[in-house]
Amino acid sequence: MSQFKYIVAAFIAFIMPAMAAAQEAEGLDARINQIFADYTGWYVGFIFAPLPGTSFSWIALWLVVGAVVFTIYFGAIQFSGFIHSIRLVKGDYADPNDAGEVSHFQALATALSGTVGLGNIAGVAVAVSIGGAGATFWMIVAGLFGMATKFTECTLGVKYRNEYPDGSVSGGPMYYMVKGFKEQGLPLGGAMAILFSVFTILGALGGGNMFQANQAHAQISNVVGDYPGWITGIALALLTFAVIAGGLQSIARVTSKIVPFMGIFYVLVSIVILLMNYDQILWAFGQIIEGAFTGLGVVGGFTGALIQGFRRAAFSNEAGIGSAAIAHSAVKTKEPVSEGYVALLEPFIDTVVICTMTALVIVISGVLAQDPETGLYIWNAELGRITTEGDVGGVALTSAAYATAFSWFPVLLMVAVVLFAFSTMISWSYYGLKAWTYLVGEGQTKELIFKSIFCLFIVIGAAASLDPVIDFSDAMLFSMAIVNIVALYFLMPIVKRELHSYRTRLRSGEIVKKTT
Amino acid sequence: MEKTTFIVGLDGSEAGARALAFAKDRAKADGDCMIIICYVIEWSPFAFQTAEENAKRHQRREEEIAMAHERVLDPSLAMTKADGFDIEGVVRHGDAAEILDSLAREKGAKQIIIGRVGAKGLKARIFGGVAGRLAAASSVPVTIIP
Repeated sequence: MSQFKYIVAAFIAFIMPAMAAAQEAEGLDARINQIFADYTGWYVGFIFAPLPGTSFSWIALWLVVGAVVFTIYFGAIQFSGFIHSIRLVKGDYADPNDAGEVSHFQALATALSGTVGLGNIAGVAVAVSIGGAGATFWMIVAGLFGMATKFTECTLGVKYRNEYPDGSVSGGPMYYMVKGFKEQGLPLGGAMAILFSVFTILGALGGGNMFQANQAHAQISNVVGDYPGWITGIALALLTFAVIAGGLQSIARVTSKIVPFMGIFYVLVSIVILLMNYDQILWAFGQIIEGAFTGLGVVGGFTGALIQGFRRAAFSNEAGIGSAAIAHSAVKTKEPVSEGYVALLEPFIDTVVICTMTALVIVISGVLAQDPETGLYIWNAELGRITTEGDVGGVALTSAAYATAFSWFPVLLMVAVVLFAFSTMISWSYYGLKAWTYLVGEGQTKELIFKSIFCLFIVIGAAASLDPVIDFSDAMLFSMAIVNIVALYFLMPIVKRELHSYRTRLRSGEIVKKTT
Repeated sequence: MEKTTFIVGLDGSEAGARALAFAKDRAKADGDCMIIICYVIEWSPFAFQTAEENAKRHQRREEEIAMAHERVLDPSLAMTKADGFDIEGVVRHGDAAEILDSLAREKGAKQIIIGRVGAKGLKARIFGGVAGRLAAASSVPVTIIP
């Protein structure tokens, strides 16, 4: 414990300069923004570049095309294997001798805590306020396809993970890139793994960290009133540091227990709101279907709705990014394919269930303004989205929609957003750390350096509004997907062989259900 | 004739020690008997863990098993063997009541002997303690030692 106090003291000394800097943030913000915009703007522009003649970024298409390819290649595994996935999560095929090891359920829950978060709450509001109700339809479609991508990457994650003599495991795209490519006799696996790791570290610091800290602070100050961001930043940084470097697993354990219940509670509240408005559910589905093919007056019509839905799904469930392959690789199983089956439930829960709930409540609550005569949305050209009550967007729109049923909901949402942000940060600190140790090697000092940098970025993220920095790190997140999906295309025949062997043994009765 | 097997649940407590003493008395009276002492590490496949805990889970499990042997099972095994009884020790992860019952079925045991540890805590009050649940659902006779 005394060692822990020493580490905390050292960490506080480490972040003091950041506090001072944060207090005079405005000048510093502007300078950092300028530097980042000058040096990285071209890359961010490249990653999020729209396809010619549309506003659809090619990176979202890259993810969706990948998902469609995997769906076709594996014979719509997300539908044919759905029941089997649920049985695996229930533990029907668990080996009793593996009791005490990481179960399928635990691997899934851990991976989900990294993806369920702001995307499901704020991101959906953005999609629906720009793309209308129809965006929901395309979001569900993209979520369903994304299940096949997760199946592919997580099977490979388990198959090519490293198991060390002390029993700990490390897995993820960097390992399947190196080992899988070597096994196939393909070149460049090592180079791809290094590239992927660099992108993962930068993505972890940005999308998995600064963006989360920033939004958590925004939501707290939205409810309790404005106050300096570095206060939230330091509180979150200390908590995170205590968990990831101080070994204070009790905080992580409490969070990892509360977060799933927050998620379940969020879905339950959504269902209650839908039941309270049961007479409008059919109407809402009508809006979603009609909007999906006509746009109901949003800019871009049908494609406007499609773009928003696809983008939201791709950005929310992280299918193809490669992060889930890191989280799922800790499972105890002799069958890599079984974890692939389990992982395909992730986009289903994240996108098809949770994102859809948010979207349905927003549509039913009537916060999106519609012309009573034509039924078309009233477009606010200045804000570039549908006119809403109080002209709010993002998380504030979700908050307003739920508040139409329960006035106390914004407070609950604040707690949920902060907890989701915190658990996402904990998960991403682990993904970043795995990429870091892949590059620089394992070792306590090396790990502590990364963990300290990670926490420093929490303070910066919460204190400053560094849009170009966050844009850059988002670009890194999607750069992970470029490298990862290329690797998946080359390695998918291996997954197919594994799947064929697994299914054959399942049919022959070699893999059997537990009888008790 | 096959040996009569008793399963004894140990948890390192006084009550557990009394259960083992009772089993020894029974074994002495019955003659050719086998005592299996079992320590259950409470664990659920549906508990939530962080990614880091997952990565180190296998290592932790080995440590937990080693510790259970060192602190609870091995001293009891040594002592009971010295008294001339046939005994073996088992460490398992899971729900104590379910594990003891499945072990009894697996080993064809005649009965399960456990110590009664007063039901404490909300969970035990609502769902019943190990003794209560075992008594209610076990597939072999259960003796609960006060």
